[in-house]
Amino acid sequence: MMNAFAVLLATKLVHLAPVDLAIIVFYFVLVLAIGWYLRGLSKTGEDFFLAGREMTAWVAGLSFLSANLGALELMGWAAASYQYGILAIHWYWIGAIPAMIFLGIVMMPFYYISKTHSVPGYLKLRFGESSRALSAICFAFMTVLMSGINMYAMALVMKVVLGWDIHFSIWVSSLTVAIYVALGGLRSAIFNEVLQFVLIWAGALLIPILGLIEAGGWGPLKARIAMNASAQYTHVWSPLASFDSNPMGIHWTGIVLGLGFVISFGYWTTDFLVVQRVLAAKDLRSAKMAPIIGAAFKMLVPFIVILPGLLGLALLPMKLTGETAALASGGHSYNEVLPLMLARYCGPGLLGLGITALIAGFMSGMAGNVSAFTTVWTYDIYRALMNKSASDEHYVKMGRWTTILGVLISVGTAYLVMSFASIMDYVQALFSFFIAPLFGTVVLGMLWKRATGPGGFWGLLAGTLSSIGMWMWVKMDPSALRFVALSPHAKDMAENMYRALWSWIVCVVVTVLVSYMTQPKPESELNGLVYGATDIPSEGAIALYARPVFWAVVVGIGFVVLNILFW
Amino acid sequence: MREGSISIWFFIGISLLVNGALILASGIWEVFHPPQTPPVLFELHAAVWWGALLLLVGIFYSIRFTPSRKS
Repeated sequence: MMNAFAVLLATKLVHLAPVDLAIIVFYFVLVLAIGWYLRGLSKTGEDFFLAGREMTAWVAGLSFLSANLGALELMGWAAASYQYGILAIHWYWIGAIPAMIFLGIVMMPFYYISKTHSVPGYLKLRFGESSRALSAICFAFMTVLMSGINMYAMALVMKVVLGWDIHFSIWVSSLTVAIYVALGGLRSAIFNEVLQFVLIWAGALLIPILGLIEAGGWGPLKARIAMNASAQYTHVWSPLASFDSNPMGIHWTGIVLGLGFVISFGYWTTDFLVVQRVLAAKDLRSAKMAPIIGAAFKMLVPFIVILPGLLGLALLPMKLTGETAALASGGHSYNEVLPLMLARYCGPGLLGLGITALIAGFMSGMAGNVSAFTTVWTYDIYRALMNKSASDEHYVKMGRWTTILGVLISVGTAYLVMSFASIMDYVQALFSFFIAPLFGTVVLGMLWKRATGPGGFWGLLAGTLSSIGMWMWVKMDPSALRFVALSPHAKDMAENMYRALWSWIVCVVVTVLVSYMTQPKPESELNGLVYGATDIPSEGAIALYARPVFWAVVVGIGFVVLNILFW
Repeated sequence: MREGSISIWFFIGISLLVNGALILASGIWEVFHPPQTPPVLFELHAAVWWGALLLLVGIFYSIRFTPSRKS
């Protein structure tokens, strides 16, 4: 124990006082206590893998958002806003809000009514076993790898910010997550995600409040940014008229079609990591409301992520640079902007809460990955392909052991990345190969009765392979960028968006062609799975303000107004 | 949630209560013992009012969602 504290006290960027350590230790004790308490409520498969399907709209909605609100996300987008200005906000607004509303209003009824345990489970019901196997294996593999990468990145941040030993950070955080998810299953993950969501806001909200006070308000802040960087850094759409008129090297078509449509819809509507939280809702109305509640809060997240990056650009006395330049000069990198702003305003106590918010963010992302992996492995791989007829108790036991195994594989990946850093780029690219075509397959499955099983499978496979092909083409011949991303000036982000768009189109075209060449399912077998063949239960005679569609319109109006305000 | 179980909001209340108390105490200590290298805007004593706010919200949620109460 003394060694652990000696490690904790060896600080670097930020110095922690005893009260800060008390806040961090209390956080770990509380999340473990929640897991311990919930162990008795997770005895059946429905309890362990779907939290008993008894979450309210608020709990499911906040958990849905929190699973995505990892600390890498917080620190990474704060860094991006320092580097690229307010353009980074697109990943929170057009890159999330329309897709979340679409999930709630259009897609959720089919996920929920079909009573599937997972997104691959829906593919099984709609397209058959081969589509489920392909998506489940890809998802499970990618999820644990991503979890390991996030774990390593977290440990690296803790080393830079606090001077903590990398091995200490990896093992303490991963064992904590393994214990509370293995004990309480998805319910425990969801409870902790809601707690983490509150702590993230409580710990991070002071930075923009104090930053705006110091800057003198939004107007003077814009003036400082115009002086330190460019007036374009505070405009959301006007710099996107051409590829070379903005620091991201991206055109508005890439943002709208690539990010706003394919990548965003692919992630928010088919990535089981987030969809699983909504499937745990107690009824269809809650399941529809949850993504809309998540969308409302998602619109506000830039206040604690993007604004601190912009404040750093305006107020920090030093100039932040890329990692390589920072290492060479001994200065600070873009990625350190959030901890630097935290240290700028927060003394003992507040600093501990801010660091707890970062740790909570890391752990919520990791728990999300692990619980989604556990469900997909147990139901869509183990039960579907290896052991079809075991008891419910057996599958719950398998789920608990898979949680621990998933965490250990993630730890192994973290150590692998530590030795071969370039693996990180490859795995992140691998994840992007799969998500856009999967959206094509799921959305056609839900909205088009004529789509057939072979159409779904070959469309998904062709879309995924085309994405890999385009990525390898640009790797081997960088000049191919002008075809894939429509411009030789396109940066990595732009390339990802256009690649996602093309692979989605390939998936849709192949699905449609193969479907017309093969025999469709009779309509009676599509009930509960496809629009037009499903009786969606009426919401009954409830007040207008209690209807999900009313709140979807409210959030949609807020989204449009914000984009116009910051045009 | 099923009957007899503890609400998530109770856990959140406890978390805010303890964190708020620790931050408020630390902030009050700093009012009387200012640090040698204070953070920017130290004169606003953010730890005092932010800690007090978290404490009050924590007390409210802890009482409102106490396991023995029926919500």
